Amino acid sequence: MSQITPVFKREFFGYFRSPVAYVFLVVFLMASVGLAFFIGGFFKANLATLESFFVFHPWLFLFLIPAAGMRLWSEEKRTGTIELLFTLPITTLEAVLAKFFAAWAFLTVAILLSFPMVITVGYLGNPDWGVIASSYLGSILMAGSYLGVCSLTSALTRNQVISFVLSVLACLVLLFLGWSVFNGVLSAVLPVWAVDLLANFSFATHFNAFTKGIIDPKDVVFFLSLTGFTLFLNVVALER
Amino acid sequence: MIEVKGLVKHYGSKRAVDGVSFTVNRGDILGFLGPNGAGKSTTMKMITGFLRPDAGTALVDGHDVTRDPVAVKSRLGYLPESAPAYGEMTVEEFLGFIAETRGFRTSETRSSHVERALGLTQLAPVRTQTIETLSKGYKQRVGFAQALLHNPPVLILDEPTDGLDPNQKNEVRTLIKNLATEKAVVLSTHILEEVEAICTRVIIISQGKVVVDETPSQFRARQPGARLDAIFRSLTTSSE
Repeated sequence: MSQITPVFKREFFGYFRSPVAYVFLVVFLMASVGLAFFIGGFFKANLATLESFFVFHPWLFLFLIPAAGMRLWSEEKRTGTIELLFTLPITTLEAVLAKFFAAWAFLTVAILLSFPMVITVGYLGNPDWGVIASSYLGSILMAGSYLGVCSLTSALTRNQVISFVLSVLACLVLLFLGWSVFNGVLSAVLPVWAVDLLANFSFATHFNAFTKGIIDPKDVVFFLSLTGFTLFLNVVALER
Repeated sequence: MIEVKGLVKHYGSKRAVDGVSFTVNRGDILGFLGPNGAGKSTTMKMITGFLRPDAGTALVDGHDVTRDPVAVKSRLGYLPESAPAYGEMTVEEFLGFIAETRGFRTSETRSSHVERALGLTQLAPVRTQTIETLSKGYKQRVGFAQALLHNPPVLILDEPTDGLDPNQKNEVRTLIKNLATEKAVVLSTHILEEVEAICTRVIIISQGKVVVDETPSQFRARQPGARLDAIFRSLTTSSE
């Protein structure tokens, strides 16, 4: 496992060697804060909470995380560097974990760079810091699960566009399963228990509790196990 | 040093490599010849552990590539075809990354290995340039430097002189010759003169099978007075 460190470092700092990182960070922050202000009514609500900021994260991640994750493996395949990587003394699992953790760390940086929002509510009001902390935790965990899906789809193709489309679709399914409107449609054809079961596989269902300040081990386990499962499939896809 | 035993690889229904066996000893420079698509690169990729053989195996320095690929990978240097590298890194950063994954963790051992590789391949003038801005000759040398960095006992070079100008070709050949005294080298090439110039043995592979395994002088003696490419053509087209 000691081989994870050099690959992690290369990947993580690799983001900042190209303009990709800066474009991503700016777009992510503008979109997340913009949604909170203009759609979520952050100011109008006159409440010292960040709920209107976090509520859009599942939807924002749907497009932004595939954009960040689509190149993970398809780029290596396209440029042939995968041949270089896998002839270094490193196992597939180490490589998958190193690349995943580097991308996750990058996304965590992006999420945490929204800290001026926290300062704002702290300055203007008296927010519940526990809720803010749990929302950040939930958001970071959810980002990991999205990224796991994207890393997997990226390992399936050398084409980044296909990788992006596949991961958006997969994430869309995982998100919609818990969306009330979609569940309403489903309940017309499926029994309630089946709809509940499906909703349990959704990002949104498990993320909501975090934004209310509840850290339920069930939700933490869901995100971590979904991430672990997609990374396991990722290893299988690469060793095929 | 290298023992290849009955390697087989299928691509779909096509048998790309069909029971290739040979051995390479220390001090040998093995020239691997064959028409495009004959299975040269595939054979090399299986020796390096990048591709898993469908049958057969390769031993590198006594380690079986199908059982312990990481041990094999740490003992060989591999220059993939067209020398892929992470283009956004500088030459120095890239070689530093390779050194770190090759297990040189302290900054002194890392920089001494990087300096040695830079010196051997005469890359010092471009060390701070990003790889994507380099000319093809320099890129090829970066690939070379990466393969030599840990001073491996076995070198696998897929078309090492491809895309170089005549002077650079000469330099690379001299370098290989000098290195080969204490190493086992396998190189693939399309240039028959190259085989005469540096190789101590020649293997010709056609349609996935070894058709010739002898010294360059034996090869020439097959048709005294004939051009090498005429001998090559008669050997690789007769079976079709």
